[in-house]
Amino acid sequence: MDWHQVWELVSLPDNVPIVLLLLMVPFYTWLAFREAGRNDRLIAALELDPDMRKTHHRVPYPWKPGWPKTVHVWPHLLKREFLAAIIVTTVMIVWSIVLDAPLEEPANPSLTMNPSKAPWYFLGLQELLVYFDPWIAGVVLPSIILMGLMAIPYIDVNPLGNGYYTWKQRKFAIATFLFGFLVLWVLLVIIGTFIRGPGWLWFNLGDTWDHHRVDHQVNYDLHDFFGVTGVWQVFFFGLAFVGGFCAIVGGITHLWVVKCMPLMRKRMSLVQYATMLQLWVLMIFVVAKIIARLAFTVKNFWVTPWFNV
Amino acid sequence: MSHGHDEAPPEPEIPAGEGNPGGLLTKLRAKAKSPAQLQAELKKTQVWKSIFRHKLDDSPRNRSLAVLSSVFLHLHPARINRDAVRYSFTWGMGGITFYLFVLLTLTGTLLMFYFHPSKGEAYRDIMFLQHDVPFGNLLRNMHRWCAHAMVITTWLHMMRVFMSGSYKPPREFNWNIGVMLLLFTMLLSFTGYLLPDDQLGFWAVTVGTNMARATPVMGHEGPFGPELGFTAFNDVRFALLGGSVVDANALLRAYIWHCIAIPIIAAVLLIVHFWRIRKDGAISGPAPVMLASEITD
Repeated sequence: MDWHQVWELVSLPDNVPIVLLLLMVPFYTWLAFREAGRNDRLIAALELDPDMRKTHHRVPYPWKPGWPKTVHVWPHLLKREFLAAIIVTTVMIVWSIVLDAPLEEPANPSLTMNPSKAPWYFLGLQELLVYFDPWIAGVVLPSIILMGLMAIPYIDVNPLGNGYYTWKQRKFAIATFLFGFLVLWVLLVIIGTFIRGPGWLWFNLGDTWDHHRVDHQVNYDLHDFFGVTGVWQVFFFGLAFVGGFCAIVGGITHLWVVKCMPLMRKRMSLVQYATMLQLWVLMIFVVAKIIARLAFTVKNFWVTPWFNV
Repeated sequence: MSHGHDEAPPEPEIPAGEGNPGGLLTKLRAKAKSPAQLQAELKKTQVWKSIFRHKLDDSPRNRSLAVLSSVFLHLHPARINRDAVRYSFTWGMGGITFYLFVLLTLTGTLLMFYFHPSKGEAYRDIMFLQHDVPFGNLLRNMHRWCAHAMVITTWLHMMRVFMSGSYKPPREFNWNIGVMLLLFTMLLSFTGYLLPDDQLGFWAVTVGTNMARATPVMGHEGPFGPELGFTAFNDVRFALLGGSVVDANALLRAYIWHCIAIPIIAAVLLIVHFWRIRKDGAISGPAPVMLASEITD
């Protein structure tokens, strides 16, 4: 255990935001689920008691008949905003006094930094470069992430949970989003920051970053495992595998939705459902590729003369 | 308003003579008005009334007018859901993100006074800021850390909006504006990364823009790019950098994107974002919970 290395990584000024992220993301996840739990208990009570449905104001906060449902923005909201502004200003000034922004040597194109890292918020995408060709990791996946985020309101047809925290009414939506955000985004940022060292090699936290380390891992394309040779044979093998993988994952998901979430399927148009399934299959595919590479040294599923997947 | 000021203790008599020629001071004193009187008269002046359009005594009407008649506050409604002010609902994340944007605009404008976006000068300007400009180092640090903090708060704001189901009808479009703002927040931070022109920024931007080489169809190393005639000197990466390597033109382009173009785009999107919050029925909750058994479709 090289504590000096750990300290160097954690205390690097530009890594402090990620340390902050490590604390804030779990805290706010917990906070969201605490609020969801309160609402879910209220919902359960209301489902059991029809009389309570008519009289209760349906928010788990104290309220008495006669209390106004709204309050004046001045001062009730503005004083909080003012307080938040003071706290943020104080935190930022203290942070700026204590820690200096990094400044390295002047830019030198002939001296490559090792490791050469993108800004920390893009390290998840840079980590994906290990598993995908640059055109997928750097262009296609970010575009799909953005389009997928934009599609969310139009493919989430669940009328429940509009404007309040809940887990039990939106299990599928919340689980999918949190998996994408916490695992495929935040976790990959953390791996890219703290785990990837010189040569973008994997260094467990506490391993010394050895600039002379050589990784002897040899990666194979999937068709190598099956002894497929020849450009077109390899092409069709990969096509069949990727197509089959998506079909099977999509099929299983479809069966699962029909069996366990029939109402969701019923509420969706074919376009909505197809979009949702595609995004879901793609997310599973990214996970499968990461596992295949890390656990089974598989480089590509599908090799063609023009691109690899 | 002026409790405690109305009944000032009587001033001691000043004898006429030295310091009080001809009893002038006594006469002036007799004419003097109390602070409360002065305040009341000030509020009757044309100047005061031209600036402040409503009275300040604590009434529901004035509480509403305080918000509605101020250009800086009028994005708020006069009244809101009594539970919406709870920290546990909004986490204050959207507001904090916007406040960081304001701080970044202020510190960024000040930094621009000291910065030349050209090779050689840029790095020296940063050194100058760190070592010579009064509070220059604090200014640069504030800008850097506010930028990082803003990326985090933007992510957390997105997470809060998702977890509270606030993107659901009628707020679908505003969620989309938010996704674009998320993208532009990261692009703002990314374009700023190059500006110190040091090894950190240079290689980060090199790694980042190398992705553009691989853009399908439009990059010279992407699928079908070479087949369509793209080379390192005419593809999308060339357009981003103003060259085939990260050099003087890239620095200037990053500077203009960072200081002018993206802030304008982001500001326009922010206006739409805030406007839509109001038009879509103000903040989404905490809304009354609905029951599955009550949904009919």
